[in-house]
Amino acid sequence: MPKYMMSVYGPAERNEFGDYESKEAMLQAFADTGAFNEKLEREGYFVFADGLEQATTATVVDGQSGAPVVTDGPYLEAKEYLGGFWVIEAPDLDVALALAAEGSKACRGTVEVRPFQTEESFQRLLDQ
Amino acid sequence: MSDGDAREAIVRAHHEEWTRVVAGLARRFGDLDVAEDAAAEAFAAAVERWPSDGVPANPGGWLTTTATRKAIDRLRRESRREEKHQAAMMIEDPTQPEPVGPVEDDRLRLVFTCCHPALAPDARVALTLRLVGGLTVAEIARAFLVQENTMAQRITRAKAKIKAAHIPYRVPSVADVQKRLAGVLAVVFLVFNEGYLAGEGDDPIRAELTEEAVRLARLLRALLPDDGEVAGLLALMLLTEARRPARLSRSGELVTLDDQDRGAWDRALIGEGHALVRERLAAVAAGAGRPGRYQILAAINAVHTDAPTIRDTDWSQIVALYDQLVAIDPSPIVRLNRAVAVAELDGPEVALAEVDRLAEPLADYHAFQATRAELLRRLGRSAESRAAYDLAIAATGNPAERAYLGRRRDQLGEAH
Amino acid sequence: MTHYLIALYDGPDVPQLNLEDLKDVIRDVDAVAEEAKAAGVWVFGGGMGGHDTAKTVRVVDGRPMVSDGPFAETKEYLGGFSVVDVPDLDTALVWAKKLAVACRSPQEVKPFIEPPTVEMVEAWQAQQKTEQKD
Repeated sequence: MPKYMMSVYGPAERNEFGDYESKEAMLQAFADTGAFNEKLEREGYFVFADGLEQATTATVVDGQSGAPVVTDGPYLEAKEYLGGFWVIEAPDLDVALALAAEGSKACRGTVEVRPFQTEESFQRLLDQ
Repeated sequence: MSDGDAREAIVRAHHEEWTRVVAGLARRFGDLDVAEDAAAEAFAAAVERWPSDGVPANPGGWLTTTATRKAIDRLRRESRREEKHQAAMMIEDPTQPEPVGPVEDDRLRLVFTCCHPALAPDARVALTLRLVGGLTVAEIARAFLVQENTMAQRITRAKAKIKAAHIPYRVPSVADVQKRLAGVLAVVFLVFNEGYLAGEGDDPIRAELTEEAVRLARLLRALLPDDGEVAGLLALMLLTEARRPARLSRSGELVTLDDQDRGAWDRALIGEGHALVRERLAAVAAGAGRPGRYQILAAINAVHTDAPTIRDTDWSQIVALYDQLVAIDPSPIVRLNRAVAVAELDGPEVALAEVDRLAEPLADYHAFQATRAELLRRLGRSAESRAAYDLAIAATGNPAERAYLGRRRDQLGEAH
Repeated sequence: MTHYLIALYDGPDVPQLNLEDLKDVIRDVDAVAEEAKAAGVWVFGGGMGGHDTAKTVRVVDGRPMVSDGPFAETKEYLGGFSVVDVPDLDTALVWAKKLAVACRSPQEVKPFIEPPTVEMVEAWQAQQKTEQKD
């Protein structure tokens, strides 16, 4: 079955309640997201889910020329950064989008859905 | 006891104990924030109590005990961790086996953590000066010419990243330690150069950066007595610092090496630097492996400071050392400095040919233009020399240097 | 132990690999994944397509709105990633270096947060209930 990445974005720096305005809002979102994750597991869609630390905690590794070089991140300067994501397995995009809508409501954020490469899609790349 | 005696004792204790106290707390509690705050509170308590209670027989012990108690109090207040974790933290276990590896002094762990490559360079500098050097945030901000809250934020973010990304609090493995040490030495050298560039009328705290850098290098030397580059960097800084008294004229103009009053050089620092260079030469001769860039730069400075006058300088030695340096670092600036030495050995024409080959990468670098100007002057090409001085003056922000270059340009004959 | 995201960014400015290199990348990345699994640190990994494969879902007035395209119109986008579970950043960097070499591309390493525990959330929910009763 195809896998999809459902990503949530947020600002570069967070206040003490993550991306939320208050402790209540944050805990409510966590509770709802927890319930959503449980539903994903129950119904067999869940592959992985987790939240990321803010962008300023990122480190970049470049191993292309000889000794690898480590520098303070993030890799890209952007207005908003990946805050967390789910990886789900779903039969098709419509199902994924419906799940994303629920996830979006639960975490109070916009969700971006993208498919993972599969053996077929890699093969298509190589056959070009 | 007098307030003056107590104050002196506290300053001395700060110099001698700050790093050790912070480093020990960091290991004990695994949190740099807690370590820094507890250490600061302990020293504040000393300021309050020692004038009336007297200076304790073991100031370091008193400070560590006081800081530890304050750290535990804070953790209890914040009750950030489950009770069993808190209890575990309060158990002192001096028999806990130290991990195998290079010398596991807490201070060394602290230095390597503050200089971790995952931190931005200016964050490493700020964190090292605060946690290892014990400078206040205000002092560091003034030294680097930024607002105090900018510097405070820089340090807070660095500590937050260490915590969030789980940057480990340890001395790197044998495989990584040389590379990581290079990063540490780069931080120390950066601090030194920032201080060394401080001109007359600058905030005096900026000049104190060179002292701080030397202190950090001495700490590294004590912790890593066998490392060649550590010895090399310390020697390089001592030999450079030794010449500071002769570096600026009374009118605030830069005095170049050939014009410096060598009688004003600090002989004690030169002696110490020479001893380190000799030690490294012997080690390399005994098979210690190729010397790194700080050792070579130190040796070059040793040749200079060995000469009673500029005319006694052993330029062929210096060129030979630059050849070694270029072999490990063929960057344009190194090659420029080598060309300056080549001019003394093979004449200005040969040197100018080499310098001109560096025009593309170095055209905007004031030292490149200044070197060209001096070489063209020696070759009697005055018009070109004047043009190069103008480019050099435009490219430098340092008033002492501009004054010097302006005078050299004006001493050229009439344009022809 | 902490989960780390080791991510690769793709985009029009990133030098595209030729087919031979791409085959090598797939082979080398698989090898790193196997090594990580054997070491017990592997959690998950995968590669993704470009902007044209993305869709964005927003909830507006309680209703989901789907639009074509990625969340952010940046030139670069997440091209693929791995998740490892290791004790500290230095260990994560070791794996990131292996992946950087295998992918012929820089990698960004970001820690996942330690989420509030179930106990914390339940305790807060219980508190909410008692507050509502008052």
